Amino acid sequence: MKKLINDPADVVSEALLGMEAAHPDRLRVDHENRIVYRKEAPRSGKVGLISGGGAGHEPMHGGFVGLGMLDAACAGEVFTSPVPDQMMAATKAVDAGAGVLHIVKNYTGDVMNFEMAAELAAADAGTEVLSVVTDDDVAVQDSLYTAGRRGVGVTVLLEKIVGAAAEEGRPLQEVADLAKRVNDNGRSMGMALTSCTVPAAGKPTFELAENEMEVGIGIHGEPGRHRLPLAPAKEIAAMLLDPVLGDLPYSKGDSVIAFMNGMGGTPLIELYLMYNEVAQLLDRAGITVARSLVGNYITSLEMAGCSITLLKVDDELVRLWDAPVNTPGLRWGA
Amino acid sequence: MGVDDFANWLRDLAKTLHENAAYLTELDSAIGDADHGSNMDRGFTAVVAVLDESSFESVDELLKKAGMTLVSKVGGASGPLYGTFFLRFGTALAGVEVTPASVGEALKAGVGGILARGKAELGDKTMYDAWAPALEAYDAAVAGGSDLAGALGAAAEAAAKGRDATTPLVARKGRASYLGERSAGHQDPGATSTTLLLESAARTLA
Repeated sequence: MKKLINDPADVVSEALLGMEAAHPDRLRVDHENRIVYRKEAPRSGKVGLISGGGAGHEPMHGGFVGLGMLDAACAGEVFTSPVPDQMMAATKAVDAGAGVLHIVKNYTGDVMNFEMAAELAAADAGTEVLSVVTDDDVAVQDSLYTAGRRGVGVTVLLEKIVGAAAEEGRPLQEVADLAKRVNDNGRSMGMALTSCTVPAAGKPTFELAENEMEVGIGIHGEPGRHRLPLAPAKEIAAMLLDPVLGDLPYSKGDSVIAFMNGMGGTPLIELYLMYNEVAQLLDRAGITVARSLVGNYITSLEMAGCSITLLKVDDELVRLWDAPVNTPGLRWGA
Repeated sequence: MGVDDFANWLRDLAKTLHENAAYLTELDSAIGDADHGSNMDRGFTAVVAVLDESSFESVDELLKKAGMTLVSKVGGASGPLYGTFFLRFGTALAGVEVTPASVGEALKAGVGGILARGKAELGDKTMYDAWAPALEAYDAAVAGGSDLAGALGAAAEAAAKGRDATTPLVARKGRASYLGERSAGHQDPGATSTTLLLESAARTLA
């Protein structure tokens, strides 16, 4: 393992110290509970937006705390969901009387811990909590007999769009309904060229030969659905986009936000190259790209690879997407 | 059989999980996200710290505190699942004499908590695949007149068989389920840590 760290056990707490030091104007951090707060939270009359999950996906979620996105983010250990104590503390702290929405990615641990936290916050402080579970990954078959699909790239788009709606002062139920609508209209698929190394484990989670790639990976270094020979970018783009397009019937004339995400170890030159392929494929399918986002936003430590997310949008969603945002990880119009 | 015996069990379990942390993480790397060993180690290290700092009047108080500590320190799926197990296990032993029969009822209550949180069924390739045969073997041993150590020994043996039987299964719960067919051929890390828990209990609650 070759990483810029001191002790594997201190990676998350030391990164949070750095984050607070780097963004004193926008963030404050509760180091004991490992919660990143928007500096001015809670804001009277505004629904509180909280997300969280294992560390290792930076800038998600701490990097999306700020104006127009989240009020707080709870950091777990690397790839391990946070605990109910953290989420309950964050929930109570950001509740300004309008209630709190939990944005949860669909992983068993995240779902269970957030459920416990919502129960505890309601019992302890009477906080009204609703939650949305993101599950946009088409690599995973959804059925009654599985944990369901993973929540991946759509979570970033959801936090931005729903963040804008909360900023407008919309009530909790409306914000939660919007969150569900965003999730229902988004689909993602990812691939990896290399594994990441979890600091506490000290070695790569899986081994890939020079001429191999994993298709259908998630964001936790878990192996993918298939191991295939490495292919040109053009073929990989089709391999990722076809199942996305096929899953949610996007039809000719539909508008989407197209999100080409890097897994942490892929340079922007390759992400833009991949975006070019995706944009051409979408054009050929008659789908209009209303807005696009290219970069490392929901990562898997230093894993090389990418994921594509499409979110079907209407004028309202585009307007909310364009609304001002000022966070360490995403900023425009503010 | 009292507070000290159960505290010894938790200490022995913490030591066992520490020694097996790399092994559990290795199993988790194959089909999950490579954190089960470090998470269990972190959780039970915290439990031992609590044992060192506090004294407990009763077995149920000790076990409930261990459960709360795991929920508060571990995260992921194993925190709520093992935490809930110890909470319910302890609650069931409140005001009750520790006997093979009462521990059997408490184990059932604990595993009921795991099922309520995790919603797993037999054959999903989870820790429940070790717990289910363990409960059955425990009851059979008690019915046959076995003492606590004997019943826990039988439970641990059955758990190990259940753990081994997870290898060919395709996972239907947790992160391993995201691999679909590719999860087959790997032993489940949760069923493995459950087996370590019962083996430790059989060793120390004698």
